[in-house]
This record gives sequence, structure tokens and C-alpha cells, in this order.
Amino acid sequence: MDQILANEYGTILSGVGITLALTVFGFLGALLLGTVVAICRVSPITPLRAVGTAYVEFFRNIPLLSLLILIVFGLPKIGILFSLFWSGVIGLVLSGAAFVCETVRSGINTVSIGQSEASRALGMTFVQQLRLIILPQAFRTMVQPLVNVFIGVLIGSSLCAAVGVAELTNMAQQLNIQYAEAVFLFMLSGGIYLVLALGAGSVGGWVERKVGRSRTVAKGATR
Amino acid sequence: MSATTATRVLFDEPGPRGRRVILLSSLAVLLVTVGLVVLAVRQFAINGQLEPQMWDFFLYPAIILFLGQGLAGTFLTTLTAAVIAFPFGLLLALGRLAPNGFVSRVSTGWIEFFRSIPMLLVVYFFLLALPRFGVVLPVFWMLTVSMILVSSASTAEVFRAGIKAVEKGQWEAAASLGMADSLALRLVILPQAFRIVLPNLLTGLVSLLKDSTLGFVVSYSELMQQGKSLSSYYGYLIQTYLVIAVIYVVINWALTRLAHYLQARGSTKAAASKVAAQKLATAQMAE
Repeated sequence: MDQILANEYGTILSGVGITLALTVFGFLGALLLGTVVAICRVSPITPLRAVGTAYVEFFRNIPLLSLLILIVFGLPKIGILFSLFWSGVIGLVLSGAAFVCETVRSGINTVSIGQSEASRALGMTFVQQLRLIILPQAFRTMVQPLVNVFIGVLIGSSLCAAVGVAELTNMAQQLNIQYAEAVFLFMLSGGIYLVLALGAGSVGGWVERKVGRSRTVAKGATR
Repeated sequence: MSATTATRVLFDEPGPRGRRVILLSSLAVLLVTVGLVVLAVRQFAINGQLEPQMWDFFLYPAIILFLGQGLAGTFLTTLTAAVIAFPFGLLLALGRLAPNGFVSRVSTGWIEFFRSIPMLLVVYFFLLALPRFGVVLPVFWMLTVSMILVSSASTAEVFRAGIKAVEKGQWEAAASLGMADSLALRLVILPQAFRIVLPNLLTGLVSLLKDSTLGFVVSYSELMQQGKSLSSYYGYLIQTYLVIAVIYVVINWALTRLAHYLQARGSTKAAASKVAAQKLATAQMAE
């Protein structure tokens, strides 16, 4: 075990790095795309709403592994080729965005309808209304669900191992072939995932407290 | 994830100019969508992936039978996992809520552990680590036990949210009738909690169904694995995986619809108070 750690810490670290990169790119992309899809789903343009709904229903219900296999092995057959890493990121973004969209939409629904009416009474456009009034308030209730999406992306990133991306799970499997220390390697990588997930949870809790505090300050300010 | 709540209208009834803008944007969106679809089909065509025999293939009885066997395997492993994982999850939830510190801590640890580690790692553990100790499970159980472990943790959280969503007054009323906590739990709280969490259990079933695709890794003949065999034998790779993806999406979509229907029906019943509904909404978002 010590020998593995001594010889292979570079390999292990690169696995952790790739897992982190997959997760961060995947989550940020999902955040962006998911918010856009959510805005589509509340927009006044009917076909845009339909496209948004179709997107969510498809990507929420397709198993991630199936999506990754389609991207990694399927797309090259029709002449679209991405590197393994970016294929993984694309899969995580596409599936994560469906969950982000539903989170954002539920968040929008928690903001009182009077806020939307008031901003319209002030003559704001649809986009202004969302950007300045609705989304900032919706964000408060979205922190915890977004942390869960983040952890979902983190755990999902391990499926990239099944299509050959050399991330943490894949690294554990490779080193196991070499050293045959399965229990140690899988416990180690499991522990790393656990730490990352718990870390994300506590960052989320911190953000939530921060946002909550800003709300009480704002309340005091209006008095 | 909740998706039932119909999105409220964030825009007014448009005037003549607004209607024109909406009409034009609708046309633009339609054009772009059609354009994208045409582009995708063209991409298939110029790479020779649109040949009729590549798609007719999936209408051959033998192929349908082969994929049907895979689907049966998927259902078998999903249902077996659900039948074991859901009661197990309930036990874990009760354990986490238990007044006994030790029981509560062990349950919490179990839940947090299996909620935070990827299922693939659990599968690899059964596939690669256990055999070193001479424990070789049949592939069906390698897959199903992994699914049970992972699902037990998320189901436990669903049950915990459901139990907490039952109004406090119900506990108090039961206590005032002289019920002990365990009796109140069994006769008063759990029956109501079950009704509250039913839609979420269906969502849990969807997750299990998605997890069953890891049969691909252990070579258990579920739908994904059958797809692997089929595409490596005949080579219609993108066609096979597309067909399989559509099958999964349709099944999961139907289950999600059912969950929404139950949720909508449940929320119209007076029994689910506004407080409970709100708590549940939070729980669902947290899920």
C-alpha cells in the first residue's frame, strides 16, 4: 500500500485532477445551459417552451452511461469527433443541464408572483424582469438543490471511466490491474469521492448562510 | 426533482406589437429547430448511416426478441433491487431518526457514504476486489447488490423527508390518545408518510433503472449489455445505441409522468396540508 502511494501518487493525483476538471466544467456548463433552458421554459414563445420541455424530458430520462456511449462511440460514426475528456464534459453538461433547469424553474416558482407583477408594472422587459428581480431571489432557494446537482455531476463523472477517460475511478481500476490491491485502491478512491462530496456540501452550506444573511440585511434596510 | 408545478406566467397578455414579436420569434425558433434536425439527418446521410438495412434491422423478430430479453433483464434487476432497497431505505431512515445515538450515527454514516460515492466504484468493488477473497457473486447479484446499496441511501433520505413532512400535530394527537411513539409511528405517521413519498419512490425507481445500465460493465444481459453485444456483432453502433436510448427515455418518461400524476392527485387531497406540501417541495428539490 505504501509502495503504491509512493510510486503512484502522481497517477492518483492526475486521476483526482481529471475528476475535478470533469466535474467543474460539467457543472459550470450545466449551470449555464440549464438556466438558458429554464428561461426558454418560462418564455412567452410557445415553440421555445416546447423545445425546452422536450430537452428536459429527454436528457433527464436518458441514462448517463447511454448518453456517454452515444457521444464517445456513436458520434464519430457520423463524423463528429471530440477528445475523450471533452466527450465526458459534453455528456455531463447535457444531462446536468436538465436537472439545473428543473431546479431553476422550481426556484422561480418560489418567488412570489407579486414580484413579477410589480416589475412589469415598472415597465421592465421579460429579460430585465428575470435578471434583476426574479432570478436573484430565486437563487436563495436554489443553493441546496444546486449542490445536489454538483454532487450528481461528480458521481456521474465516474461513468466516464466506463468509456475510457482516465479519471479517478478509471485510475483505481488501472492501478488495480498493476498492483492487485483492490480493496485499498477502491477504499482510497471512495474516500476521495466522499471528501469531495462532503466538501461541496459544506461550501454549499456556507453559500446558503451567506445568501441568507444578505437577505436579513436587505430586510433591515427596507425598514 | 419536482416538475409538477405549472410555471406561472411571467408575462402579460401581449398587445399587437408583442403578438407580432412573439409570432416572428416563434417562426424563427421553428426554423432553427427544423434546420438543426435537417443538419443532423444530413450528417447521418453523408456518413452512410442512413442506409435502410441499418434501421430495418430493428424490426427483425430475432433482434426484437434479443432486445426484449435485455429489457426483461433490466426489469428483473431493477425490480429485485427496488423490492429490497426500498424497505431497507425505510429502515435506514427510521434508524437515522432514532433517539438512540449509536443507531442514528451508524445509519447516517451509511447514508452519507453511499450517497457520495459513485455506483461504478461499488460495482468494481464486487467485480474486482471481492473475488480476491474468494467471494465471487453471480453477475446478476454483482449488479443488483450494488444498486441496492446505492439506492438504499437515497431512498432513506426520501423516507426521512416524508416522515418529517407529516405534521407535528399528528404525533401530538397520537400521544394524547395514549399511543407510544412506536405505535404512533406505525399507525399514524408512516401511513401518511407513504402517501407523501409515493411519487418520489417512483423517481427512485427511475434512478434504479438508469443504474441498471451498469450491467454493461459486469456483462449482465440487461438492455445496455445486449446493445453492446448487438453492436459488436453487427456493427450498427449508433443505430443500436440510439434505439436503446429511446427505449430507456420512453420507459423513464412514462414512470416520471405517473409520479407527477400521483403528486398532482395527492396535493389536491385535503389530507396533505399546505405545510406538508411545502416541506415536501423542499425535500424534492433537495433530492
